[in-house]
Amino acid sequence: MPFEVFVALRYLRDQGAQTALILAGIGVGVGVIIFLSALITGLQQSIIDRTLGSQAHVIVRAPEEAPRLLPSADGALRSVTMERPPQRVRVIDGWREIEAGLRRMPEVIGVAPTVTGPAIAVRGQGSIAISVRGIELESYQSIVDVEGRLVEGRFDLTGARAVVGMELARKFGIGVGGRVRIQAAGERGGVYTVSGIFDYNSNTLNESLVFVSLRGAQTLFDLNGGVSALELKGQDIFAAEGTASRIEDRTGLEAASWMTSNGDLLVGLRSQSMSSVMIQVFVILAVALGIASVLAVSVVQKAREIGILRATGTQAGSVTRIFLIQGAVLGVLGSLIGIAIGTFLALFFASMARNPDGSATFPVALTPLLYGRSVAVAMSVGLLAAVLPARDANRMDPATVIRNG
Amino acid sequence: MADAPGPVLEAHGIRKTYGERVITEVLKGIDLTLESGEFCALTGPSGSGKTTLLNVVGLLDRPSDGRVLIDGRDTGALSDVDRTDFRGSRLGFVFQFHHLLPAFTALENVMMPLLARHGRAKPWIREKAAALLDEVGLADRARYRATDLSGGQQQRVAIARALVVDPILVLADEPTGNLDTETSAQVMELLHSFNDRYRTAFLIVTHEQAVADECRRTVHLIDGTIAWDRRREPASSLGDVPAAT
Repeated sequence: MPFEVFVALRYLRDQGAQTALILAGIGVGVGVIIFLSALITGLQQSIIDRTLGSQAHVIVRAPEEAPRLLPSADGALRSVTMERPPQRVRVIDGWREIEAGLRRMPEVIGVAPTVTGPAIAVRGQGSIAISVRGIELESYQSIVDVEGRLVEGRFDLTGARAVVGMELARKFGIGVGGRVRIQAAGERGGVYTVSGIFDYNSNTLNESLVFVSLRGAQTLFDLNGGVSALELKGQDIFAAEGTASRIEDRTGLEAASWMTSNGDLLVGLRSQSMSSVMIQVFVILAVALGIASVLAVSVVQKAREIGILRATGTQAGSVTRIFLIQGAVLGVLGSLIGIAIGTFLALFFASMARNPDGSATFPVALTPLLYGRSVAVAMSVGLLAAVLPARDANRMDPATVIRNG
Repeated sequence: MADAPGPVLEAHGIRKTYGERVITEVLKGIDLTLESGEFCALTGPSGSGKTTLLNVVGLLDRPSDGRVLIDGRDTGALSDVDRTDFRGSRLGFVFQFHHLLPAFTALENVMMPLLARHGRAKPWIREKAAALLDEVGLADRARYRATDLSGGQQQRVAIARALVVDPILVLADEPTGNLDTETSAQVMELLHSFNDRYRTAFLIVTHEQAVADECRRTVHLIDGTIAWDRRREPASSLGDVPAAT
């Protein structure tokens, strides 16, 4: 064992109560950090899953038609406002090439062409305004787990089949195999057989969202093979904004990330993260001050011994290292205790917060990364906290401290 | 152990002052030479500069003026790291209050200078320290914590620690100052035996006449200067030599 490590460990062992107290302090601090991080990460993951599980990270659409400037015969420019025909669904020109281009982007893990448009569902005397979404099941499933949300039937969109939400089925009093008429603008429409019923955990979506095949929706909205949107999923949900702006730059299309369309949620998530970071920073600060004060006291207590070590040939650099090592060891040992405390707290909390059906309200995110980061942070904090005391020890004049202690 | 042909220590014109506004001159031009194997007492009243001189020639403190040569090498130009290295390899220290490291065992205390020098414990270091502990009669106390030893035992451990690096010169500051008469005598006997066997030079600060009487040479300081420097023949016939060799 290197000389400095040997002396550092012996000093820590020799100051039993002092070492135990500061280890407990670091342990509680790191425990709080781990508990908070696991809790907030788990909570955020759960919120993101619930809110964003039903939507794509980025939706690419054709740009809105803007006022155009037209030159007139006399050379002056005239502004002309293009008014869109009402209820008209815009299509993306050359969407197959664009889709292929999007798939080549490394951060994109799934692309699905969709047609979304307004319609009315009619059954008997009842009618409900709905949003029809035409999808290819395979590509759409790669960005949103729609099959996982089925509560009844199958996700079968072949022929004139549709998958509807629970609320629509309840209001119309229909189940799997029931029939519903879907009516779009311009007298286009048809009768669809319900093949499955989904639950999106949202009454609005459960009432108004109806899935049909991509081809069916193209016919319904008279799009002649066109699609209204390319929806995609990226690897990192929080990189969606960057992906969206890159797509806009490349294609000239309009790309909206979930971050723009769910601004409030994002602000909420960010302020949660911020408050968590603030708490962690103050806990780390408290831990650092704890380590620094214990080592500073130790340097004073050991002044005479430091003098003896120096007199008998120990280099000033070694004395510095002895105290730095003590700081690092305190950090690492304390963080191991903290991992135990934090894991216990997180699991205990998770076991308390349960849904009425007994499932966990949300999972606490105890990951190896979190553990590794905590140990690394605690060790660095220990080292940094030891710098000042170690410098004091290094600067001691052996002759003076031997004489005066 | 040590057997240097020339002087182990040469101090020329050593001055040491303290303070910035009010300057106190503690050493006022000391010239002192110690040959290999000398056994020399450094006496004088309190405040005469004994410990300061010991610290300066022990490279624990730098003189304000003058030169210190150890083993023929001028130490003035050495960097702090080299001074520490030089000190750790050629000089041994014995202090009045034993000054063992309480967190370590007797054996570890003896090993410490070699651990610091060689970076880690090696078998030969352990063996050498154990052999020295045996020489000072404490083989059976090797695993005792320093704090569990009596004053005399602690001082013997400190002597073993001073000798573990094979020093050419051991500097002892009141090595018997804290011990009863009988233990003092044992400690002095031990120092003599190492001096005889290994020709290690000793410079012993003391204000005890009995200790000084056991030394073949006595340098007496008064107010930071050497008042007299006496050598005594081994057969105990006293002979004065002029001050400031």
